[in-house]
Amino acid sequence: MISVYLRRRLINAVHLTFSVLAMLFGLFWLSWILLTLLGNGLSGITLTLFTEMTPPPGNEGGLLNAIAGSVMMVMLATFIGTPIGILAGTYLAEFGHSDWLAAATRFVNDILLSAPSIVIGLFVYTVYVLKVGNFSGWAGVFALALIVIPVVVRTTEDMLRLIPDSLREAAAALGAPRWKVITLVTWRAAEMGIVTGVLLAIARISGETAPLLFTALNNQFWSLDMEQPMANLPVVIFQFAMSPYESWQQLAWSGALLITLTVLGLNIAARIFTRKQGDIN
Amino acid sequence: MSDGAAMSKSSITAKLKQQQLLDRLFRQITRFFALMVFLLLIALIVSLIIGSWPSVQVFGFDFLISAEWNPVTEKFGAWVPIAGTLITATIALAIGIPVSFGIAVFLTELSPAWLKRPLGTAIELLAGVPSIIYGMWGLFVFAPFFAASVQPWMQESFGAVPAIGFLFEGPVMGIGVLTAGIILAIMVIPFIASVMRDVFDVVPPMLKESAYALGATTWEVIRYVVLPYTKSGVVGAIMLGLGRALGETMAVTFVIGNAHQLHASLFMPGNSIASALANEFTEADGELYTAALIELGLILFFITFVVLACSKVLLVQLKKREGAAT
Repeated sequence: MISVYLRRRLINAVHLTFSVLAMLFGLFWLSWILLTLLGNGLSGITLTLFTEMTPPPGNEGGLLNAIAGSVMMVMLATFIGTPIGILAGTYLAEFGHSDWLAAATRFVNDILLSAPSIVIGLFVYTVYVLKVGNFSGWAGVFALALIVIPVVVRTTEDMLRLIPDSLREAAAALGAPRWKVITLVTWRAAEMGIVTGVLLAIARISGETAPLLFTALNNQFWSLDMEQPMANLPVVIFQFAMSPYESWQQLAWSGALLITLTVLGLNIAARIFTRKQGDIN
Repeated sequence: MSDGAAMSKSSITAKLKQQQLLDRLFRQITRFFALMVFLLLIALIVSLIIGSWPSVQVFGFDFLISAEWNPVTEKFGAWVPIAGTLITATIALAIGIPVSFGIAVFLTELSPAWLKRPLGTAIELLAGVPSIIYGMWGLFVFAPFFAASVQPWMQESFGAVPAIGFLFEGPVMGIGVLTAGIILAIMVIPFIASVMRDVFDVVPPMLKESAYALGATTWEVIRYVVLPYTKSGVVGAIMLGLGRALGETMAVTFVIGNAHQLHASLFMPGNSIASALANEFTEADGELYTAALIELGLILFFITFVVLACSKVLLVQLKKREGAAT
């Protein structure tokens, strides 16, 4: 007969062992993925990757047009999405305390934040691509901007809420009107936090493939014409990886490594900014 | 002198008026953009409904239950992708929930202090890795490995078991519904684990310490103090992960095999809503074909909307509790 104490200790040990195993299990897969990525992608990171265009099937080449297209679209999407996101987030944090619109927007924003990105692509397809008549860089930009907005709204609201009210009251007591309090005091105090949100949004859209599939599509050639289909890294990786050609698959690995490094770098930068914001608060 | 005072008074009133106007303007501008975000969702739903209307009219309710998908005869039914989506997400959660729970427990209760931060950061960073990477890895590395080493073993050990044997029938290809589910699981683990860890961190230390002081073991503290306290938050975290698994496109498209067929066996290729869209949308010709695909998207959005709304409600409940406790 096992004593009740021993039994409890045993149950405890079993569960805690499981917990450690779960941690190891998680780390095992994730390090396997990252090591594969490094092993396969690293050899392809050469100068030609950044200087040559995507090749026809079976040929050697680089990813220049895809990189340029991705950078263009991500930048434009950020420029469009950031101001909208910051202003909407400001309304939620500063004016929307007991307002149906703020409550509804907050709810909707959280839904958009985790909505399947392929549905965003479908949306842009039906409202833009169908009307214009062809796939285009702009369509890709709009799809990505729609993903930027909820991320920025969320972080802006959270960061502005962290600013103590005494700061706002101090500015108001000096006679500053509300808009000056917000633009000159709260925005500045929350600056690092808002930048974090923007960085996270850029990280998120840099790797997004699904919304670009039927908006920007792809383009085998060098093109900066936003009215035309535009090459971009994620879709190129998708097509090349699914192809039977070895040189294409190699390029897909290099592109995948490039994207992962970019996304991880942005995430780490975002963390540093968050910490700086923490020091201010 | 009184003249000057009057003038400065009127100029101050003018200035105040101007600032009041600017205040109102600023408020209305920010309100306009908040409204825009709100309208975005409505526009999204409306446009998907309009886009799928031809298909809704032709197939009606049968669209949801018909398993036929034939672009040539223009007969479309969503049952196969819907089932594929639900099955892969179920597999993902069946593997993902216990592992994420274990990881969250490790990070909040067991990990030595110096490991807590790097491990937590690693998990969070990995939650940000683009899903296309998981898909590529699944196709090139995991699927061949799975077909060579794991699937034959599974067939041998479970194939003859009466009630579940049929799940493991068929050729071992590495690609299929089960592989897609496993890749999804690996993808949602860091996601669910990091939310769950945040949820566990909410429990007031006082509560846990009281239980320890009464002689409870670590597991008993988790089971009888932490879990009851964070119940709604844990479910919310799982729902968030489910929302992610249901709508994931790239990780699934690479490995599910993209076949519009429904098999009892998990080894066979299948299809999910997102992967069907990713594969067929740009090649769809004909209004009805496109409309049927958009209707698929609408169904996917509806399912994830419900799941996410539930998770949101549950997480808010936990937050309220946190507010009440402090």
